[in-house]
Amino acid sequence: MDFSEKKQLSLKACRVRRHIIEGTFHAKSGHPGGSLSAADVITYLYFKEMRVDPSNPKWEDRDRFVLSKGHAAPALYGALAVKGFFPEDEIKNLRKPQSFLQGHPDMKGVPGVDMSTGSLGQGVSCAVGMALAGKVAGKDYRVYSVLGDGEIQEGQVWEAAMFAAHKKLDNLTIFVDNNNLQIDGTMDEVNSPYPIPEKFQAFGWHTVEIDGHDFDQIENAIAQAKDVKDKPTAVIMHTVKGKGVSFMEDQVGWHGVAPNAEQYENAMNELKAKYDELAAQAE
Amino acid sequence: MADVKKIATREGYSDTLVELAGEIPNLYVFDADLAGATKTSKVKKAHPEKFFDCGIAEQNMMSIAAGMAACGNIVFASSFAMFASGRAFEQIRNSIAYPKLNVKIGATHGGISVGEDGASHQCCEDISLMRTIPNMTVIVPADDTEARLATRAVAEMYGPCYLRFGRLAVPVVFGSDYQFEIGKGVVLSEGTDVTIIANGLMVEKAIEAGKQLAGEGISARIVNMATVKPIDKELVLDSAAKTGAIVTAEEHSIIGGLGSAVCEVVCEEKPVPVLRVGVNDTFGKSGPAVELLDIFGLSTSNIVATAKKAVALKK
Repeated sequence: MDFSEKKQLSLKACRVRRHIIEGTFHAKSGHPGGSLSAADVITYLYFKEMRVDPSNPKWEDRDRFVLSKGHAAPALYGALAVKGFFPEDEIKNLRKPQSFLQGHPDMKGVPGVDMSTGSLGQGVSCAVGMALAGKVAGKDYRVYSVLGDGEIQEGQVWEAAMFAAHKKLDNLTIFVDNNNLQIDGTMDEVNSPYPIPEKFQAFGWHTVEIDGHDFDQIENAIAQAKDVKDKPTAVIMHTVKGKGVSFMEDQVGWHGVAPNAEQYENAMNELKAKYDELAAQAE
Repeated sequence: MADVKKIATREGYSDTLVELAGEIPNLYVFDADLAGATKTSKVKKAHPEKFFDCGIAEQNMMSIAAGMAACGNIVFASSFAMFASGRAFEQIRNSIAYPKLNVKIGATHGGISVGEDGASHQCCEDISLMRTIPNMTVIVPADDTEARLATRAVAEMYGPCYLRFGRLAVPVVFGSDYQFEIGKGVVLSEGTDVTIIANGLMVEKAIEAGKQLAGEGISARIVNMATVKPIDKELVLDSAAKTGAIVTAEEHSIIGGLGSAVCEVVCEEKPVPVLRVGVNDTFGKSGPAVELLDIFGLSTSNIVATAKKAVALKK
């Protein structure tokens, strides 16, 4: 990826992160930590990879995205808003009764949301169903899904993994957002799913391990997924919970807590400074 | 009654699925390693490209069905009532019903009449569980005729639906002229003293109970209420007004099913005595299906006795 392209993606990711902070601050609730860790891959998918049309969200031949870790909704909403599926102003109404921006993604109400999620483990199965639908209909669209690392403690994820490999769904790519933190502590403290790649390999998947904040590595992983035939691909992304807001980074406490007014100011200022610094870079 | 044909409702369900899979290009059938028992194996044989066996993983099956439906398909997903409504309850709620996707759950082996497999497989809670989910339509066909018509009707409507079928061969009570409409109960015979509202295999027993009551000078209106949700409120209230007492009869717990649905309507708008015949908040047990129905009070004689109590309560 050339410098200019990477710069543009970084700027988009910065805007998505600002929406995450803005949305959770105004809602006085939500999940900033896991939204920030997933922000880069979601930005990459919507601004570099996926075949979608904001003016026609239900386009039959579009690529599909399922946010299996539905609590990272602010990241998805941020990307959809920046992409133009709905006005960016709406983010301020996140989790409010008058808004279509539910706490977890609702496909009936939010333009661009392909599947309602929130209950962990189910979204990935829905993504498998979409990939199967593409195969039986002879369509060439691809299906992407982002899962939490804690989420893969759900048994349904492995039911889905078994089925997807059995049906040779090579049009399906999932990303495991391995920020190593879940609500009750680190993965190792709570119920270790490690080693993750070996588990997916044992289920018959192609796997790639990457830095989930590096656009070149995300690009390479997706290129591999497209090349691999007859196997779904699992991309295990090493990420930092709270990425991009220094005081939230790698802090388990920022899983499901909204910033207060002072923290909001600090976070938005940090992200604005980052944005301005990126924007000033010569292309 | 010796010449009455007996057929399990799952036969009509699967025969109709074979027809529908041939007629509707985007209709698919899923099963969870019970295709031989649910009879969806007929679809596998007739239209192998339309059939997917998801293995023993009901939760995944329901969410995959949702994903398929989200791409414009109609999916019928089958398993035993216990595993469909119980094991996969939350997948049905969150993946299928919340986004109102076009998935039809064809649950077989509902109720006590599963027989020898015993309590672990005798689901008497499914109607209650499914009825509480928003966007869900719940239908319990009484016989082969109704099973076929209901299967076709739900394929033609948009949205999530739970169809409940049985294992046991049951008498065919409706002729070829029978009309089925989702959400509409059917008055099978008129009466003035009490109304018996039944569904599933209890309909035939309700008809028989009506005849016995007539012999004792009690005039019973007999209603088949296949659709438990949305319940035919108008017919329930009409029955309450015309007969002043109601008995419900279902092969399900008395908690949360047809009996509860009828009580809700009657209590709110036209209070009259309602007595419920069903499984009395207890687990089943192993045994021949026909014997179990009697043991658990799912019998003509219990409907007759309960109807007399209901009539007495009117005084």
